Parts: sequence; C-alpha cells; structure tokens
Amino acid sequence: MSASSTKSMTIGESGLSLTFAVTAFLCVFAAAKALDTAFAFHASLAAAASAASVFFILNRYFERGELPPQEINGRPNYNLGPIKFSSFMAMFWGIAGFAVGLIIASQLAWPALNFDLPWTSFGRLRPLHTSAVIFAFGGNVLLATSFYVVQRTSRVRLAGDLAPWFVVVGYNFFILIAGTGYLLGVTEGKEYAEPEWYSDLWLTIVWVVYLLVFLTTVIKRKEPHIFVANWFYLAFIVTIAVLHLGNNPALPVSFFGSKSYVAWGGVQDAMFQWWYGHNAVGFFLTAGFLAIMYYFIPKRAERPIYSYRLSIIHFWALIFLYIWAGPHHLHYTALPDWTQTLGMTFSIMLWMPSWGGMINGLMTLSGAWDKLRTDPVLRMLVVSVAFYGMSTFEGPMMSIKVVNSLSHYTDWTIGHVHSGALGWVGFVSFGALYCLVPWIWNRKGLYSLKLVNWHFWTATLGIVLYISAMWVSGILQGLMWRSYTALGFLEYSFIETVEAMHPFYIIRAAGGALFLIGSLIMAYNLWMTVRVGEEEVQSPVALQPAE
Amino acid sequence: MKPIIAVENIASSLVTTLWTPIFFAIFIAIVTYALWPRNKAAFDEAASMPLREE
Repeated sequence: MSASSTKSMTIGESGLSLTFAVTAFLCVFAAAKALDTAFAFHASLAAAASAASVFFILNRYFERGELPPQEINGRPNYNLGPIKFSSFMAMFWGIAGFAVGLIIASQLAWPALNFDLPWTSFGRLRPLHTSAVIFAFGGNVLLATSFYVVQRTSRVRLAGDLAPWFVVVGYNFFILIAGTGYLLGVTEGKEYAEPEWYSDLWLTIVWVVYLLVFLTTVIKRKEPHIFVANWFYLAFIVTIAVLHLGNNPALPVSFFGSKSYVAWGGVQDAMFQWWYGHNAVGFFLTAGFLAIMYYFIPKRAERPIYSYRLSIIHFWALIFLYIWAGPHHLHYTALPDWTQTLGMTFSIMLWMPSWGGMINGLMTLSGAWDKLRTDPVLRMLVVSVAFYGMSTFEGPMMSIKVVNSLSHYTDWTIGHVHSGALGWVGFVSFGALYCLVPWIWNRKGLYSLKLVNWHFWTATLGIVLYISAMWVSGILQGLMWRSYTALGFLEYSFIETVEAMHPFYIIRAAGGALFLIGSLIMAYNLWMTVRVGEEEVQSPVALQPAE
Repeated sequence: MKPIIAVENIASSLVTTLWTPIFFAIFIAIVTYALWPRNKAAFDEAASMPLREE
C-alpha cells in the first residue's frame, strides 16, 4: 500500500462500492425470499452484478494512478470510455432487436414459428422487440452521442469519474432485467412501459444520475453558449424522467414478487399511458435524435446549421405542443370527446415544428449537396431527415379522427411507426455511429465506405418493402372491416381479413430481413474499423499551447 | 367517480384558467428573442459551433 499512500479513494469509489456491497447482500436475501422464479432470477442477477461492481470499482482503484486530468496541454481531456461502451452495446442490441423483429414478423406470416412455447410466443417477443430497438439500441445511441456532443460543444471533460460508467452500465443492466422479464412473462402490460416495478425503480436511479452528469457537464462548460443539440438532449432527459415517473406509479403485490398493479385504472390509466406513449415518441425518438441531427449533419457536411433561429423556434414549439398530442391514440374510446379533439388539434399543429426541424436539417446541406454522391454516411443522415419529414406529415394526418377511423388498429399504424423508426431513428443512428466510431477509436476513417453504401441500399430497400406492404395491408384491412352488405351485415369475417393480409406479411418480413442484413454489414464494417483501421496521427497542435 | 388528483386553491385555478395566454406570451417572447436583429451575429456564430472544435 506504500505506493498508493498519496492517493485516496474518492467519495464516489468508497460510497458506491459500499452501496453495491450492501445491495448484493440484500439481493441474495430477496432471491431467497422470492415468491416467483422470475423475481428470484432477477434478484440473483442483481446480486451478481452488484458483487461484480464492487470488484470492478476496487480493482480500478488499485490499478489507477491519480484521477485522469481535466485538461492535457490546455486541451480538454475528453472521457471516451463510456461512449465506446454505449456504442458497442447499441450495435449489439440493434442486431438483437432487428432479429427479434424479423422473428415476430415471420410468426405473423407463419404462426407455427412460435413453436408453441410460452417464451417464444408473439405476446412476449413483441415487447422484447420494441424495447430492444427503442430503448436498448436507440437508448445506447443517445447515451453515446449525448456524452460525446456535450463534451465537445462544452469543451470540457464529462462530469464525474464513476458516474458516467454507472449510467451506461446501469442502463444496460436495466435493459437486461426488462428483456429477460418479458421472456419469463413479467410485464406491467403497458405498451412501451412494460418493465415491472423493480426495473422501474432502478431506471429512475440511473436516469437521475444521467441527468446530473449531463447537467453538471453543461454547467462547467468553457463555451459561453449552450449549443442547440444540448438543448434537445436536455429536453429528452428531463421529459423522459417526468414521463417515467408519471406513468409508472404502481403498488407491488409483495416486496419479494414481480407482480404489481398500477395506481389508477380505467380511462385515467389509458390517458396517462398514451400521454406517456406519445411523448416517448416526441422526446425519446424525436428530441433526442434531433440533437444527433444538429451535431452530426453540420459536422459531416462541414456546413453550419442552416438557420439557428429556426432551431430555437422549432425547439420551443415542439416542447409546447408535443405534451398534448397523446389522446390521438384513444380516438373513439371512453376518453371524453373534447380530449380526443384536443389531442387531434395539437397533433396537426405539430406538423409545423416537425417540418421546421426537417427543413433545417436538409438545408444545412446548402452548398454541400454534391457530397451526397460521394459520402454514403452523409446520404444516410440526410435520408433519415427525409423520412422524419415524411412520417411527421403522416402522423398528424392519421391523428385526424376520420382518417383514424380507417387507420386505427390496422397495419397502417405499424407502417407509420416503422417509417419513423427504421427510416428516421434507425438511419440517423447508423449515420451517427459511422461518424462516431472512427472519432472515438482515433481512426482516420471507416474501414470501407463501399460497405456503407451496401448497407444504405439494402436497408433502404428493406424499409420501402416494409412500409409499402403495411400501407396496402392496413388500408385493405380497414376497408374490409367497415364494408357492409346491402342487408346491413358485415361483409367479411375477421379471419377473411387475416387471410387477405398474408402476402403483405411475407413482404414485410422480407423487408425486415434486408434491414437486418444491412445492420450486420454495418457491424462488420465498424468492427474492422476498430480492429484494422489506420490510426489517426495525433495532430501536432496538441503539443503546442492553446491559441 | 372522484378524481384521483384534485388541487383546488386560488393560485391553481388562476393558472388553469390563464395557462393558454401565459404559454402563448412565453412563446411569443421566445420567438421575439430568436428573431431580434441584434442577436443575429451571435446565432450565426453558434450555428457553426460543431465546425470550430479542437
């Protein structure tokens, strides 16, 4: 210990290792007292993870010298470790989530593929798919890019030493608990908010630390102005915290069991659920990824943002309007009629700020349009913005009550969601990862731009097959449901509508397969970039005093 | 059925009545700030923030 006599444990190191040691003990106790096997499994996982955390924190302490400096040679010493971890996990969960999507799409076309097992039934795999692609893939992309962008645009090292690691590892542990829970049949049954009470509590802790790390980094910034991407990230982090707390109050049946019941029932629960659900779209899938757009498109196109004023106005317009759009998920239900109309009106108004963002993203290419021919990464980013524009036009249209009476409960909704999810969120994430991986692993560029091109076209073809199949299938389904005979009877039985959709389900699965293949090409490309990519020569500027 | 959350005092009823004009005024203030001619130079500089790193 003589060598380390000058260094002492930080409060974070001692506090966190102590907390995890106690947690490990409590989780062993909870596993022993568990009322159901899923809870016992999760408590054991938590005990093992807590014990491993204690080991890693202590090991890291004994291995390290002094804490990493805030600056080296007058330049910020950026913290890249947690960003690397999140980028890797994003790719991992992305492939897993797309693969599960392909499986359930195939199950809809060929139901025998559920193998008559509870764990592989559609009902359990579907939340696994949605959570894996939205929260695991999308969430890790947002963690990685937000930690990168906030450091670069604030010109300071990320706040905290262990805290950023706690956020990225803790978030992925939440995903693990939630995902294995779905397979074991543990669910609150609320769409996109399926995780049970103990996963929700854990996510709350992780998310508060995320907010603190992000906010503290912004507060200690060296740059006087807070860049617009950081506004979007902050709106995403704060609103997700509010949504998570608002939608998840639940009373566990027992301290040692996985089941809980939500605090309110009936139409109040439905209203809360879709207030949550639509704002998850607005602030997770929109605000967060718009932040990515505002940093990565200017960076890649080497052009300033088209209109910074527009970015401020459409940011605040989004914030003021999105919160009210949720009731359009509950048209023609027990929800009061005025609330439905309110939701519809705000959804239509949302078209404007959404297109404000799209115009700003696309026009940033002014003077750099030629780069679309030569740079497939930029093309991916720009096509994502085009998909954003398309799905934010389609969304308000579908929220209109008369349109909704045809589209609701049909595959049209699924098509709409996927044009946003695959086209916008997927492509902007792919583009950001293609930029980010060479930057953080200090590589000159990607292993192969040709492979990016292959990824781009495979995935684009996949999306086109997917969404056009769902449009046809959805409108067909909606029209068949509402057609009457001359005598006033329904013309089609339900099973006839299912039969009519079969060919489109096969096309949809084919589209999903192409999208998955594209992501595999990407994973190979990124892997090779890190493994064999040419190292970027450190610019000599680093050795000179800052100008 | 009794509402689950019911807050009733003068301040809250004033806010629930006036939230539309209040939010509208805040939004107008934001738009004015964004379009104010004297702020243009600062915004133009902010627009190229990602480009002048290192």
